[in-house]
Amino acid sequence: MENKSCFHCGDDCGQHPIAFDDKIFCCNGCKTVYEIFNENDLTCYYDLQQSPGAVPKEIEGKYDFLSRDNIIEKLTEFRSEQLEIVTLYIPHIHCSSCIWILENLNKLNKDISDSQVNFGKKTVRVTYNPEATNLKEVVLLLSTIGYEPYISLDDFSAGKKQINRTLIYKLGVAGFAFGNIMFLSFPEYFEINEFWLEQYKHMFRWLMFALSVPVVFYSAQDYFISAFKGLRAKLLNIDVPIALGITVLFLRSTIEIVFDLGSGFFDSLSGLVFFLLVGKFFQQKTYDFLSFERDYKSYFPIAITKINRNGSEEAVQVYDIKKGDRLLIRNEELIPVDGILINGNAKIDYSFVTGESQSVRKKSGDKLFAGGKQTSGVIELEALKSVEQSYLTQLWSNDVFSKNKEDQFSNITNKISKHFTITILTIAVIATTYWLFTDASKAMNVFTAVLIIACPCAIALSAPFTFGNLLRIFGKLKFYIKNASVIEQLAHINTIIFDKTGTITSNKTSNAVYDGLSLTDSESLVLKNSLRGSNHPLSRTLYQILEENNIVTLDNYKEHIGKGIEATYDNISLKVGSASFVGNEDHNATLNTTVHISSNNKYKGKFTFYNSYRKGISKLFNQLKNNYDLAILSGDNEGERKNLEKLLPAKTKLIFNQKPDDKLEFIKYHQNEGAKVLMIGDGLNDAGALAQSSVGIAISEDVNVFSPACDAILDATKLNSLYKFISASKSGIKIIKWSFVLSFIYNVIGLYFAVTGQLAPVVAAILMPLSSISIVVFTTICTNLIGRKLK
Amino acid sequence: MSVIYIVLTVSVIVGIAFFVVFLLAVKSGQYDDSYTPSVRMLFEDELVKETSNESINSKTD
Repeated sequence: MENKSCFHCGDDCGQHPIAFDDKIFCCNGCKTVYEIFNENDLTCYYDLQQSPGAVPKEIEGKYDFLSRDNIIEKLTEFRSEQLEIVTLYIPHIHCSSCIWILENLNKLNKDISDSQVNFGKKTVRVTYNPEATNLKEVVLLLSTIGYEPYISLDDFSAGKKQINRTLIYKLGVAGFAFGNIMFLSFPEYFEINEFWLEQYKHMFRWLMFALSVPVVFYSAQDYFISAFKGLRAKLLNIDVPIALGITVLFLRSTIEIVFDLGSGFFDSLSGLVFFLLVGKFFQQKTYDFLSFERDYKSYFPIAITKINRNGSEEAVQVYDIKKGDRLLIRNEELIPVDGILINGNAKIDYSFVTGESQSVRKKSGDKLFAGGKQTSGVIELEALKSVEQSYLTQLWSNDVFSKNKEDQFSNITNKISKHFTITILTIAVIATTYWLFTDASKAMNVFTAVLIIACPCAIALSAPFTFGNLLRIFGKLKFYIKNASVIEQLAHINTIIFDKTGTITSNKTSNAVYDGLSLTDSESLVLKNSLRGSNHPLSRTLYQILEENNIVTLDNYKEHIGKGIEATYDNISLKVGSASFVGNEDHNATLNTTVHISSNNKYKGKFTFYNSYRKGISKLFNQLKNNYDLAILSGDNEGERKNLEKLLPAKTKLIFNQKPDDKLEFIKYHQNEGAKVLMIGDGLNDAGALAQSSVGIAISEDVNVFSPACDAILDATKLNSLYKFISASKSGIKIIKWSFVLSFIYNVIGLYFAVTGQLAPVVAAILMPLSSISIVVFTTICTNLIGRKLK
Repeated sequence: MSVIYIVLTVSVIVGIAFFVVFLLAVKSGQYDDSYTPSVRMLFEDELVKETSNESINSKTD
């Protein structure tokens, strides 16, 4: 039978599509969303993009906390009696249909007066009337149409974010001044002693002076600040010669026009600052929808249900949880504090904290750690600690999270600038001394000319343009890098450490191997059908793996929570589940997860689950093994050791049972030995290691959702291209070195004019933009060639 | 007085006027989201009615 895809979400409808209005849907959720849109005349949603929707999720009680006043207060950006404005982050926003439907929310709820989408940031800004509706209703409406907002503790503490637009202002000022100064200085380039020009040139010059004042004192201020900081730290960074060049340009030009010596270099000055800022702007490629700074706050809920002494339920903010509070955790909710399980069937998924892939069962009285996710039913627990003191959150008090990695690293431009600055100063001094003895009147002229022409605009631009362009190319290939210095560090690493679970293994699929007496056809039929009814993660996985079978209605089906499934059909009574449930007490204990099967109380065999490794892992490791030290750091037990040894090159170190702190210490130890470590991880448990390493890359199945604080985010499907990305970064460094050579050639030409005392403004005005532009062209072409190789 | 003073004054004033407009545009957040408006303008005419009032409200931040 041909499978059709759902009209709403595009998923495969399987064998039981739901037909409605001549369209088919994969589930009732999708159908409901379609009905809502249909009734409200919003089916245009489906015209803009094919199957744009998402399946709405169960949200019963999940957003009760949104009716609390202090939480609304924190989440809304504007609040009055008649008007509230809130910005919600919606990960599902991905196409024009999303924009369209979200901006037509007022058709679904007339009390929403306006909604505006920011596609890049995946946010929607909703304005509504709080007298008629409320925040909770807005969020519920969004959830019912498949656009569930993601509200985390991060939103709570962030408050109203200020967008930093100073660079655009500075660029605007410099650009404005540059353009106008070029116009004003143009007539004097030709040095025609024409009557009109002679008469007005003073006014032109003073106008240029006036225009260049904001360029020097506003647009260029960062260079002065950075140069000053560098000098104080006894570092000759690239901003030192730049600041020196700008100062000399401005002073000499001012003196020239005051004493009527010439027209000055205001054009070169403003052009220089403008180009430098363009470089900075270009490098500042940011991914609005990604966050590289996440800590546990982005994962934790804002509020949780607390059970009062009288048994009533109340939503409380997680920061307000005190020791001894009783909390109610629903299915799929995160435990925000360390606590003791009081009642309920706890099955906790600790993959965030430990990297352990299988969820753990807990009995009442057991201790539960914050960060675990409840995966079956409702539980109650008593808080033992507050949020900040919990085991997981304490990891963030480690020093590595407050350090700025960029400061510890001297980049390629600054390395070269040290030699450059010293050389230029030496040339300036020698040339000046020479002229002092031959023609003293020209000495000052030559000294300033050297500093002006040597102003390393081209050098300062090579790295921003190369890295900025690589950042963009990588971004298109789903490798999102935080900033340019990360690419540079990536080129220097010599040790690569991988996390196992979720990084080199895939979260979605795993393999199961059957071992035991073979099942008869009718038994496998019952097995497949009994698994079909179960929602347990292992049943779902097994169901996916097993061969297709006919669908039959079972005579009897019962799921024993935490134990297994019991099903009867056609004289076959099948038990699927844990060893004890199935009645096989004496099986060999293995570290791997197993599911046992018995038919008519006769033990048949077991399915053993193995991690399923991502495609191309083995190849990737073989590419890497010659140039890098490789290691695997896993929070899991040793159950996979044999498989990994088979899969990976022999020299790969395999280390298991690593707690988050251990991972961090392991990396620190290797760094002290001189290793430059690249850490590749995925969960919160790797957060410390990612922060400690020189470059921390987070692997993500869905880049829009979770990833811990890191330097780069790599889409899981692109992990096998890691080697190519590292090689490309290395080529990037090579490009920069070549463009340094290129800019030295320009400098030599310029220095010839400078030391011979014939630097005319027009020469500077031609040479400086020419060198800058040719560097930009050179780096852009080269990086694009690299980019082509990557694809 | 020469006409060039008038011409210069006018040109500088026009230049500054555009510059101020640019600053105001940046301040109002026009450059914060450079993608969504490009999609929004392609929606059908009938829908523009619903979406047209957004630009007014967006300046409240």
